[in-house]
Amino acid sequence: MPSSIKPVTQPSASSLSQEPLLRVEDLKAYFFMDEGTVRAVDGVSFDVFPGKVVGIVGESGCGKSVTMKAILQILEPSAKIISGKVTLRSRFNSLDPDSPEELVELTGLHPDSRKIRKIRGSEIALIPQEPMAAFSPVYTVGNHIIETILLHQDVSKQEARQIAIDVFRSVGISMPEQRIDSYSWELSGGLRQRAIIAMALSCNPRLLIADEPTTAIDVTTQAQILKLLRKLQEERQTSIIFITHDLGVIAQMADEVVVMYLGMVMEKGPVHTIFKDAKHPYTQALLRSIPSVQSTPRLKLPTIAGSIAHPFNRPAGCPFHPRCKHFMRGVCDASQPALAPIAEGHFVSCFLYSSESMSPVATGRQAVPATENNP
Amino acid sequence: MLRYILQRLLLIPVLLFLFSVMVFALVQAPPGDYLTSYIATLSSSGSSLDQAEIEALKAQFGLDQPVYIQYVRWIQSLLRGKLGLSLEYQRPNVELIAERIGLTLVLALSAFVFTWIVAIPLGIYSATHRNTLLDYLTTVLNYIGVATPNFMLALILMWWAYSQFGLSVTGLFSREFEQAPWSFAKVIDLLKHIWVPMIVIGMAGTARLTRVMRANLLDELNKPYMTSGRARGLSEWQLVMKYPVRLAINPLASTIGWYLPEIFSGSLIVATVMNLQNIGPLLLRSLINQDMYLAGSILLIYCFLAIIGTLLSDILLAWLDPRIRMEKT
Repeated sequence: MPSSIKPVTQPSASSLSQEPLLRVEDLKAYFFMDEGTVRAVDGVSFDVFPGKVVGIVGESGCGKSVTMKAILQILEPSAKIISGKVTLRSRFNSLDPDSPEELVELTGLHPDSRKIRKIRGSEIALIPQEPMAAFSPVYTVGNHIIETILLHQDVSKQEARQIAIDVFRSVGISMPEQRIDSYSWELSGGLRQRAIIAMALSCNPRLLIADEPTTAIDVTTQAQILKLLRKLQEERQTSIIFITHDLGVIAQMADEVVVMYLGMVMEKGPVHTIFKDAKHPYTQALLRSIPSVQSTPRLKLPTIAGSIAHPFNRPAGCPFHPRCKHFMRGVCDASQPALAPIAEGHFVSCFLYSSESMSPVATGRQAVPATENNP
Repeated sequence: MLRYILQRLLLIPVLLFLFSVMVFALVQAPPGDYLTSYIATLSSSGSSLDQAEIEALKAQFGLDQPVYIQYVRWIQSLLRGKLGLSLEYQRPNVELIAERIGLTLVLALSAFVFTWIVAIPLGIYSATHRNTLLDYLTTVLNYIGVATPNFMLALILMWWAYSQFGLSVTGLFSREFEQAPWSFAKVIDLLKHIWVPMIVIGMAGTARLTRVMRANLLDELNKPYMTSGRARGLSEWQLVMKYPVRLAINPLASTIGWYLPEIFSGSLIVATVMNLQNIGPLLLRSLINQDMYLAGSILLIYCFLAIIGTLLSDILLAWLDPRIRMEKT
């Protein structure tokens, strides 16, 4: 699809780091099912800058994973990208640090096209949720990794094996020559997680998407894995999109935070701003519900009232209004607040901070009385 | 693994002994014996035997002995590899079976290969193109295939071929080759005839296997390793063929165990209807005439095939799936 690709001459190094590596603009991906349409991702925008870690937080089902699948164009057949644009600065040669680049509009490519398949794994790699299930049980982990290397690099089988062993060593797997020939179910949880990270790194991608990489392992191993990811990220200057529902992990890992709720971005900004000066009631509620060692013992942990709306029955207006402490009748349930800047790099989607809150933008959606949703 | 196979092989004689007792008991179970049905046939054609002749025949066939002696005599001849003497044909069973085993094997194996060659690609297509027109068409054809008794299909095909083209699709050879010794021309003639019974016998199995393959594959297509594979840049085709198909075939391998003997016995009615010179009609005839040593021997071969088939599918499964292979025995 030549129309979607604009070749870019190599800019100077200083301007390079200013340009985002990945830009997601107003991305919408819906599931079309017999029961109705689920607006899983409904207008998500964010930038990923080179060498930075963007944390995406939200409760289960808020569209974090679907956003990632939409970026890579690996959505389930029932899901479709409705609108929006995803642009990647892609290298021509992923092995050459000074490789010339081009801007590729991922959303303009066919999901099974050669062009996007070349990008998957070599430019953007995925660290999936469950390392056990991400490997096929009938092939060795090495087989998977060597396959990926052979797919993206012009090397022999022997060389690919050597690359795989080296990358195994770099993620801290001892005896890599032997471990590479094991099956995923023969490895411990921590090793499996390292093997998955090794697979993602095997083709030297500039962007890693880590989809809740630590949910399947115990806390001690989790800490080690996070440390490893942080170390690898600093060494290789890889950008990471880190998806999690754990704000503690975000504090440890991220430079930028995107808070999502029901497929929309509620708030985004630098990590210290989000933790010190959260503006959106949802972000504030999330932060309140983090357990802390310093908190009074035997006190109930604050939770967010209500539960996530049913995907087929999304509230009109701001999606968070039925659970919001600062709900304003006739405003929040009437229209959807725009994501607007309130400080340098800090964006909030809430009428509390909107000057035009008294004249909300009509979205054409039918207003539902809040009492029905929030008894 | 080797030890496991050896254990299984050592178990075969024990199983065969148990089956031989059961088979013999079953064959003996109908009232009367070969002579009663022989006398009945004779009297229906007007002639009869006097008591002395009957007693002489009884002694000759050993039918005057108690049942357990009859069993022991049968086993003795089995152990000598003779499988006993057919009462009806007055020839060693081993000869009668040997005459037909070649054709039986050719027919059974061709039906088996036909089944797998058609069912697996069809199942893969059906699963990967779920809810498309061709998937629905395959599904409908599968239901028809499973629901149609194969002798019925044989009859329909025979009638259709004869009424439309004046062709007789029965038998495995043209008339001029039926009694002829084996030659290249006879093999060609066999190939010209074998495809109709092959399709008839393989039909139900193909339909069932396609359904199983489709269902197995649909289970695998939603597994997270598919997402992981796509995210690594594999094309859809590479991905499907390497990962889910490989796993979806595993359960099929375990069906070989019961599938092998089923093809042998399943062709009994079809073979009778279509006049195929394999073991099926021989077994049917021996059962009707209470030719117990012949019937018993054929049934024991079926049992043997079931045992071998199960062992084969277990070995195949272990070979295909490292999780089974590496299990400590």
